Amino acid sequence: MTTAVASHAHPPTSTGLDHRKIAIWAFIGSECMLFASLISTYLIYKGRSVVGPFPHTACNPPLCAVPLKPILNIPVTSFSTFVLLMSSLAMVLALAAVENRGKPGYEGILGSSKFWLLVTIILGTTFLGCQAYEFTSFVHEGLTIRTNLFGSSFFTLTGFHGAHVTAGVLWLITLLAIDMKRGLEPKDALLVDISALYWHFVDVVWIAIFTLVYLIK
Amino acid sequence: MSDQFMHTSAETDVHAMGEMHEHPTWKEYKWVALILTVITALEVWIYYTSLQNSPIFVPLLLFMSVVKFAIVVLFYMHLKYDHKLFKALFTGPLIIAMCTLIALLFLFGKFSGR
Repeated sequence: MTTAVASHAHPPTSTGLDHRKIAIWAFIGSECMLFASLISTYLIYKGRSVVGPFPHTACNPPLCAVPLKPILNIPVTSFSTFVLLMSSLAMVLALAAVENRGKPGYEGILGSSKFWLLVTIILGTTFLGCQAYEFTSFVHEGLTIRTNLFGSSFFTLTGFHGAHVTAGVLWLITLLAIDMKRGLEPKDALLVDISALYWHFVDVVWIAIFTLVYLIK
Repeated sequence: MSDQFMHTSAETDVHAMGEMHEHPTWKEYKWVALILTVITALEVWIYYTSLQNSPIFVPLLLFMSVVKFAIVVLFYMHLKYDHKLFKALFTGPLIIAMCTLIALLFLFGKFSGR
């Protein structure tokens, strides 16, 4: 047991903090700037598209060959926003289950890290499914990344976010595989905490995108 | 899962190498999720009401978005309970990013109606 703990222990650092956790926070800080640049680009180009479809307004001839409705689907996006928020709840519960494994109150399925990791993966995949549906319907309605400024900035911004969610889902799948194989113990909590921080960051980015892209006209 | 169990206890907190922090309880997580859901529902509701033509529409949505952002960062990402270096690593770049965003919007005339 002593050997096992020692093999997972982090060497002392000058700050007294684990380097891996410092690294993930520094990474998240740099990601803030990446998404700020993408959001800036979207906002700068907002309302400057010459041809439709447009996000919040209808497009009628001669701007469009055929009349087009506003393209954003708020009900579907609201649902996917709710799904992503709930995935963050599932993620913190997975972390709590790992940290408190074996303690009273964490024996049942609601105290199982496997269960909460699986729920997070399912919710993350549901979000990606909603995004795939949205992208497909946009393309069918005539909006691609090359159609207009809105299409270019919208697909770049939400596509980057979707790529981050995909990376997060793959990360969580590897954690679940480790949990299934040998079980995640309290000493592994940092591994789950780091992935949880990334997952929550993806969530907060979506909170900003949902308001700035979908709700504000 | 009982409310009496803390998210992290002293013996299992290996996150910050010597930094012991009290994390939210299961009950607090439930409240946070409920608040986030209610704010999201309010945002969507406002979108469909006549408030969308009001001058307070955009500031109200931005305010609710900032509140949601802060709640997730403080409680789910545990920044409220974490070491100040982690807070600095997040808030520093975030402030730079926000200033850059606002500067770019001014530069491209988004506030002057151009």
